[in-house]
Amino acid sequence: MLYFARMAREAQLQLLSRYENIELAEQVLAELGRDGDVERETLYWVGMALREALANAIKHGNKLNPDKRVFVEMTVVPHEEVRIAIEDEGEGFDPARLTDPTDTDNLLRASGRGVFYMKSFMDTVEFRTSPRGGTRIELSKRLVARRPA
Amino acid sequence: MMKSSVRDVGDVRVIGLEGKVTIGAGDIQLRGLIDQAIAAGRSKVLLDLAEVTHVDSSGIGEMVGCFTTLTRRGGAMKLVNLPDKINDILQVTQLITVFDVFANETEALASF
Repeated sequence: MLYFARMAREAQLQLLSRYENIELAEQVLAELGRDGDVERETLYWVGMALREALANAIKHGNKLNPDKRVFVEMTVVPHEEVRIAIEDEGEGFDPARLTDPTDTDNLLRASGRGVFYMKSFMDTVEFRTSPRGGTRIELSKRLVARRPA
Repeated sequence: MMKSSVRDVGDVRVIGLEGKVTIGAGDIQLRGLIDQAIAAGRSKVLLDLAEVTHVDSSGIGEMVGCFTTLTRRGGAMKLVNLPDKINDILQVTQLITVFDVFANETEALASF
């Protein structure tokens, strides 16, 4: 039973580049999280980071091309970690071009906060070039082990 | 999905939002509501966020854009009834230093 309780919960999705599909992915994460005993508060913020990664992939990666797909991998290891990887079919992304949205000069900009959201809500955020040539974003969040009641 | 309600109190338009102010839906609806206020001659807007559950980076960007639009027209956009999570987001993004935030509508309306 203990082994089962600590088994990873995993999901893989292929989504068309539509914003509505962000809701679908967040629902799948919520199911995994509930099944994996992730605290509601943690799940909320991980869900927000997932939303940002998907929005980036759909808007900036695939440029809203409905024929291009977004590949999502989600893993919940109960009481240990949540891992998410998002890949798009775009032309790649240079994270060095990001600016700090909390700089005084940038505070009133209407865009440029997506990656900042992800970094604020997750423990690690890494960018890679995917084998398909697009961007792969890998996110992780450590989970606090709950004490037995 | 985001729902909204609109009413005028004196020369202030009070816009209540409910649900998700997020990319592709809530953010666009918010812009539409502000455009409607401007078209109606209302450049003082109070956003009631009591029932808002999510504000993503597009939603917060649209809030900033609406704030700028109204301020440039000599108006203002202020916030009231922030849920804890939305307050957290404004703190993290440091936009809490940009927006005037109030705990209740009476105080907020008196500030315009």
